[in-house]
Amino acid sequence: MQDECLLQMRNIEKRFPGVLALNGVDFTLRKGEIHALMGENGAGKSTLIKILTGVYRMDGGSISIEGSPINIHSPQDAQNKGISTVYQEITLCPNLSVAENMFIGREKGVWVDQKTNEKRADEILERLGIPARGAKQLGNCSLAVQQMVAIARAVDMKCKVLILDEPTSSLDDKEVKMLFDLMRDLKAKGVGIIFVTHFLEQVYEVSDRITVLRNGELVGEYLTEELPQVQLVAKMIGKDLDELNTLGEAGEDGKTRSEEVYYEAKGLSSSEALPFDFSIRKGEVNGFTGLLGSGRSESVRAIFGADKVNGGKVKIKGEPVKITRPIEAMKHGIGYLAEDRKRDGIIAELSVRENIILALQVMNGFFKPISRRESEAFADEYIKVLNIKTASRETPVGSLSGGNQQKVILARWLLTHPDYLILDEPTRGIDIGTKLEIQKLVLKLAEDGVSVTFISSEIEEMLRTCSRLIVMRDRHIVGELTGKDLNQSQVMKTIAGGEAS
Amino acid sequence: MKKNGNDKVIKAKVKREPLTETQLLMTITICIFVVMYVLAMIVFEGGFLHAQQIFDMLNDNASLIIVSCGLTIVMIGGGIDISVGAVTSLVVMSCVLYLNNGGNIFVAVLLALGIGLAFGLIQGALISYLEIQPFIVTLAGLFFARGFTTILSINPQKVAQPAFVKLLDFRFEIGWLGYTAKNGTKIPATMEIGVIVAFVCVAAIFVLLQFTRLGRNFYAIGGNQTSALMLGINVKMTRFLSYVISGLLSGISGFVLMLHTGAGNATNAAGMEMNAIASSIIGGTLLTGGVGNVIGTFFGGMTLNTIKKIVVASGLNDPWWQSITTGGMLCFFILLQSIVLGRRARKKQKN
Amino acid sequence: MKKKERKLFGNGLGQLAIPIIAICVLVIFNLIRDPSFFSIELLQNSDGNIVLSGNLISVINGASELAILAIGMTLVTAACGGQDISVGAAAAIAGSTFVKVLKSGGQITGFKVLLAFLLACLVAVIFASFNGTLVAVFKIQPMIATLILYTCGRSIAYWINGGATPTVESPILTAIGGFIPWIPVPTPILIVLVMAVIIKVFFRFTSIELFTQSVGINGSAARLNGLNSTFIKILSFMILGVCVAVSGCIGVSRLGLINHETLLLDIEMDAILAVAIGGNSLGGGRFKISGSIMGAYVIQMLTITLWAMKVPSTNVKAYKAIVIVLLVVAGSPVVKKWFEKTVSRFKNRKPEVAAKGAGES
Repeated sequence: MQDECLLQMRNIEKRFPGVLALNGVDFTLRKGEIHALMGENGAGKSTLIKILTGVYRMDGGSISIEGSPINIHSPQDAQNKGISTVYQEITLCPNLSVAENMFIGREKGVWVDQKTNEKRADEILERLGIPARGAKQLGNCSLAVQQMVAIARAVDMKCKVLILDEPTSSLDDKEVKMLFDLMRDLKAKGVGIIFVTHFLEQVYEVSDRITVLRNGELVGEYLTEELPQVQLVAKMIGKDLDELNTLGEAGEDGKTRSEEVYYEAKGLSSSEALPFDFSIRKGEVNGFTGLLGSGRSESVRAIFGADKVNGGKVKIKGEPVKITRPIEAMKHGIGYLAEDRKRDGIIAELSVRENIILALQVMNGFFKPISRRESEAFADEYIKVLNIKTASRETPVGSLSGGNQQKVILARWLLTHPDYLILDEPTRGIDIGTKLEIQKLVLKLAEDGVSVTFISSEIEEMLRTCSRLIVMRDRHIVGELTGKDLNQSQVMKTIAGGEAS
Repeated sequence: MKKNGNDKVIKAKVKREPLTETQLLMTITICIFVVMYVLAMIVFEGGFLHAQQIFDMLNDNASLIIVSCGLTIVMIGGGIDISVGAVTSLVVMSCVLYLNNGGNIFVAVLLALGIGLAFGLIQGALISYLEIQPFIVTLAGLFFARGFTTILSINPQKVAQPAFVKLLDFRFEIGWLGYTAKNGTKIPATMEIGVIVAFVCVAAIFVLLQFTRLGRNFYAIGGNQTSALMLGINVKMTRFLSYVISGLLSGISGFVLMLHTGAGNATNAAGMEMNAIASSIIGGTLLTGGVGNVIGTFFGGMTLNTIKKIVVASGLNDPWWQSITTGGMLCFFILLQSIVLGRRARKKQKN
Repeated sequence: MKKKERKLFGNGLGQLAIPIIAICVLVIFNLIRDPSFFSIELLQNSDGNIVLSGNLISVINGASELAILAIGMTLVTAACGGQDISVGAAAAIAGSTFVKVLKSGGQITGFKVLLAFLLACLVAVIFASFNGTLVAVFKIQPMIATLILYTCGRSIAYWINGGATPTVESPILTAIGGFIPWIPVPTPILIVLVMAVIIKVFFRFTSIELFTQSVGINGSAARLNGLNSTFIKILSFMILGVCVAVSGCIGVSRLGLINHETLLLDIEMDAILAVAIGGNSLGGGRFKISGSIMGAYVIQMLTITLWAMKVPSTNVKAYKAIVIVLLVVAGSPVVKKWFEKTVSRFKNRKPEVAAKGAGES
């Protein structure tokens, strides 16, 4: 503790209706360090962050900055006290200019001088190497640039504490690197950075210290170099990783399945995806991999008819079929769990039961409603099978945790008894326990003869489950790996391609 | 997104930024207005060739323009205020009764502002601090104002106070924009006091929206409310103020309408709220919030009136034609905006 | 006691709390003011029928058009997250079509009335589909899209009858707008019942409830689950169109004439209000049609109560506005939260229970 303490949170307590979200959590941030805040979903990370940023009021405990105790009343108050936050979702206004987004809510006085602001913004952006201009409308910038503008805003506010809440999830590798350079730069200037992320490698690449939370309680604070990755994971989930290893073996025998080709596409393309060929056998688990933006999601969306399909020949069980809309894909036995759970998955205000029966009901059609009793039976069955943690089947799905929401959507598709299930990032943003359950489920489905396409940002996860990996780069398929080639280094090499990087 | 050569990238981009939605929609409206008016001048000649035609439109619609400005602010902030017409009507009736009972003009102005302000304060508080749906609150405001107008007087009331009548009959005469009648007398173009008030309002609101912190905050809360909160804007206060300004402008509009008609009537300003919404929409304000501009709104109102004048000039005298063409015009603009914005969004996605 | 309260503000019944409380308050108010408000008597009307009469009957009878419109408005609100403000104008169009057919020479027979009604339905559905298309295909906000028809609808109605406000007289129309011989209940009440049953059956035998809510809450997810949200949205407008036609025809039958200016004037505002009083979010999503129908009766009961208090009909609006504000303030999220907090502090034995109730609402 020779470093100077910047921020101290002691004994923080936060109560939500029925749950104790934070129970006596301590957190210390020192000057000029990057401090990773880790934990499963529901561990209390975001609650802690929201208390720090003034979105929530704490029910107990104390916060002090540079030794003097403070009270944080609102996001604005937090900013004034030197605590800035950059969220995963862009919290800027797309209809305003970049410069306005950097300065709005901070300036005093009646008048706004756009020209001066734009000039200042240009200077800051240039200094940080962000390819945007102050006069440009924010909505016209790419998502990554918008994220960068949010960081530029925080940086310009001379913040003492900078909170980065999953900032990297919409950035590609180069942009992440740029961000890390920026973080190190700020660190050198004495800013304390709290870094929240799901990507373990990133934590080890950039952070100095790690604080782990579990179930609303503090597990401990560690120096990054002293905590091996495996132990970190163990501390986060609170159990051993043996289960992870048993999975690998289960995957082995899934690799020699029937030879019958279930789905075959030739030159399939959509408004978002370039033409590609693809096929999957009955009971096979394969995966699309590649960096974000490589076209992997766009390709599976084309298979499901989620975007406007432009061309290509599709055969199911050897029969030529036409799939241009999701309903047609569903009628042919294809299910698709979308990448963005909140936007494309859950119907938040509807109950767990209604969410589960939705896809089956759509397939049954408008005039054949599933009776109340039947739907309750379905819901109860899948709540039990998938071990969905919910107060009741009539609870609005929006109030469940991320992992349980994902299970509800899985249940929705399992209920349609698909022959071919596409899972696009089913494990993103959910806790490790549920991740394992989902991976097991995928293998189980394959055993039962269901073809599965599995996409995940974590290559290890895909190596464990898939018997074939299709690698994409720059919206093209650049390789297909099976058997012996299925290992991390080979995948990395294929993703990176011939480029020397 | 190349790190090297960043400077070059930035310098190369200096050329010009694409128009914002606000600018784009406003430009479309102004262009269509100009084209329509010029066509009317060519086809119908007659009245359209005289400047007085435009002054007539301004004289008749000064109060509409004023309430539209207020509504534009509310809509930019992502809300809606349908009480504006009714409040205008209530203000007219109150002021007329007050003046007829020996009131003072100056106090009448304060009365008008006071009534408008009261509506704005109450509605704004209910909407932003009690989080009640704006449509319902301002609908209640509409009901209350209309009902209260009839409580004040069910019969039309004419202002008889000499001092006010002088003001009522006052016209700015602009000789050089006038024309020479057939018998050789020069008839100057005339403009009412209300038009000046309307212009001042438009200019003031334009400055407010463009160059002040509060104005930009209106855009911010309309663009994305949660973001605005995170950016440190007092969202509730900002929304509250948008309704207060709208209420205040309704008060001003009431006084201006009284200067135009010189009488209070329960049916005053009937349907004005919808005309104001139509003007805002044609002028490029989106009900979803965050996009819009009072200059556009002004031209939106003028476009709406020009089409009415054109209908009359075309000899379509049946009473239904005016509103049917207005509806058609509205339909045209709404579809045009939808298509333009839709194409833009798609283009953006491609990038 | 505590259990009941929790349920009242919970998810199930909670939505109906406001209309139920409003009706109770109005009933109690009238009981104190003048118990004879509730007297119902059998009278002989001018046509020689024995009919029910009394304030309560006029409440239920008078709210018929509103209740029917509220049904359709609820669906549109749920699916599209916005409201149709053209229902009054569209009802005038439907009513004009109805009268136009009836006036087209010859005797007015039951068959002709049916034909006229079906044509009115068709016209209303066509206009509703126009609105629906603007909303669903061109992604225009419902209020803006329907502003078009709101602006010109009544003129179109006027134009249909060539600039006249014709009267039609026929015992069949009197029966629709008033009483069927030997049945003492006003016919519009029966029509509302029939409509309610039809809607109930429609909900039972289709999945419109689930689909509408899904589309209204998360259109993108609904699409990826194979739902055709364009169809669902237009369908909701078309159902509203049928409701509009029915109320338009009732309105015409009541008066025996079509007046394009005054037929169901300002009813769009009342219909939206009914939806809101019924506890439905005007932003779309979850809905309860029963709430909206109750909302319609609340509005009408308020009006009739004010009339019974000898408030001039033109002034009614002002008092109505005050009651509406009180109602929505009582139902506002902020006040609700404050109220629940106070209640839980008041009976501070099991704070968790009360807190949970607050979380559910």
